[in-house]
Amino acid sequence: MTPLAREGGIALIVLALLLGAPALFSSPAFEDFIIRLSALALFASSLNLLVGASGMISFGHGMFYGFGAYAFALLMQRTALSLLPAFLLTLGLTALAALLVGGVCIRLKTIYFAFVTLAIQMLFYSVIISWESLTGGDQGLRGGIPRRVIAGLDINHQRHLYQVCALLLVVGLFAMRHITASPFGMTLRMIRDNEARAAFLGIPLWRPKLAVFVLAAVFAALGGVLASLFVSGAYPELADWPISGQAIFAVMLGGIESFLGPLAGSAILLALNDIFTRITEYHGLVQGGVILLFALGLRRGVLDFLRRDRARGEAASR
Amino acid sequence: MDLEALVACFGSLACVVTQTTSGLIVGLLLFLVAAGLTLIFGVLKIVNFAHGTFYMLGAYIAYSVLRASGSYGLAVLAAGAAMAVFGVAFERFLIARVYGGNVLMQLLICYAVVLIFDDLVKLVWGADFHAMGMPDAFQRAPIFIAGGVVPPFYAGLIAVSLCLAALLGLGLGVTRIGKIITAAADNPQMVSALGINTTALFALVFGLGGGLAGLAGALAAPVRSLSPGMGFSVLIESFIITVIGGMGSIAGALLAAIGIGLLRGFGTIGFPLFTDGLIYAAMILVLLLRPSGLFGREMV
Repeated sequence: MTPLAREGGIALIVLALLLGAPALFSSPAFEDFIIRLSALALFASSLNLLVGASGMISFGHGMFYGFGAYAFALLMQRTALSLLPAFLLTLGLTALAALLVGGVCIRLKTIYFAFVTLAIQMLFYSVIISWESLTGGDQGLRGGIPRRVIAGLDINHQRHLYQVCALLLVVGLFAMRHITASPFGMTLRMIRDNEARAAFLGIPLWRPKLAVFVLAAVFAALGGVLASLFVSGAYPELADWPISGQAIFAVMLGGIESFLGPLAGSAILLALNDIFTRITEYHGLVQGGVILLFALGLRRGVLDFLRRDRARGEAASR
Repeated sequence: MDLEALVACFGSLACVVTQTTSGLIVGLLLFLVAAGLTLIFGVLKIVNFAHGTFYMLGAYIAYSVLRASGSYGLAVLAAGAAMAVFGVAFERFLIARVYGGNVLMQLLICYAVVLIFDDLVKLVWGADFHAMGMPDAFQRAPIFIAGGVVPPFYAGLIAVSLCLAALLGLGLGVTRIGKIITAAADNPQMVSALGINTTALFALVFGLGGGLAGLAGALAAPVRSLSPGMGFSVLIESFIITVIGGMGSIAGALLAAIGIGLLRGFGTIGFPLFTDGLIYAAMILVLLLRPSGLFGREMV
């Protein structure tokens, strides 16, 4: 069986389990968790297309998460488009924006690439804050998202939103997995590992870099659209720097070398947040302590750690 | 946007004086934070995302020392000294463990430290805003320059910060240890091969950076309100300053800090909502035209 078919099979099984879960046990808390997880995990995994698969560390990836949320909310509130066209148009607009931003940024390397992406995100955030007539300024786009119907599902119901999110999460992750495993993904990995050698082999470096920047932005916007559906609008926080930070931490906690690392990291991050906010007022203290333990104890993401541990165990038993 | 107000301000000397002084104190305080940041990056190649925490702790320590002793001078010195020690400890116990590692791992550790200390400050001093109030020595009539009002504390703050900047520049350029630090920024392996203890040197640089940030926090305390998380906006702006000035360049940081301060001073009149945007735009422009910053050297 080809890896693609095998992973497709796994994706289908997971999707079936997720969609079937509410029939077995009805837990609004679980559904709520998966809805929030889908937005963050898609976003974090898209960041890992840049960080892990291509070695391009972006501090400003949250711009496209925010862009997706705002573009979608604006299209739904200001135009008569129904949900699906608005959704597709949002992804298209994000790709266009990413083409512009990426074209400017990919000329820079390493830490300078990280800085310029952060600066552009913060410029975008400043525009959101100051362009009150369009974006509602620091109050955000309130008033909800109308016409929340897709394929007969009324996603005003949490159950239906859950189903849509689960579907998009699995399909999105599978698509990204396919991208990293494709020859295009191999090219990116070669650029990551040795840019000079890749250039000598005749690869025009800017083309795959720009392509992955745009792809990553589109998947980030997918997460942003889900977030916008979840919060019924769009708020400046969705485009502010801590959003980029959250994705970076999800990626780092889960592991940048494992494809599912960002998903695991997102789940850990959300779960930690949920638990700590419930038990203590000082959740930053506990969360910071846990992050320190992870960072200094494992020195890599959880999944990367487990994988290497297993590899070492196999090597030892041989 | 309110360009008319901006033009009107440039037309009146009083307004120019007032906005320039307020811009200068913003810029010079940021310089003190940015100088440590840029020094640490220059020598250790570490972007210290926890630098704002040093500034915040400096401000709170100065607040408590002033309350206890009544002496603002003592409060400033105590904050600087405490943060120098804190900087050394932070480098030895945390940062030293991830040298040569992924920049994101450093970011993660710094973020954890920011979270922990924001909450510790909440535990010790409470979550609400504190105002230190003007120290007694500066409670006197403002100085008038060409019709512009300059509070005496502002004048003192500008003088002290400029002295610190000069001391720092002189110390790095003339003294033996300063030359070693400059050399280590260029080539740490070579410095280490020459028999200099770079481990101690790295700790020292972190201590120096921490001390400067602590001083900045203490100097800012009388004119800023104290709250957990106050370090963050300062971190972002001093970060921008180090990037614009060139990572590792003290002179660049001073120039960029004054530039950003003035942009803030006059920007609030002309573009009240978009001052931040202007600053980010300036950073993008510099990065695109000269990625290594105004005074920075090309880094591979």
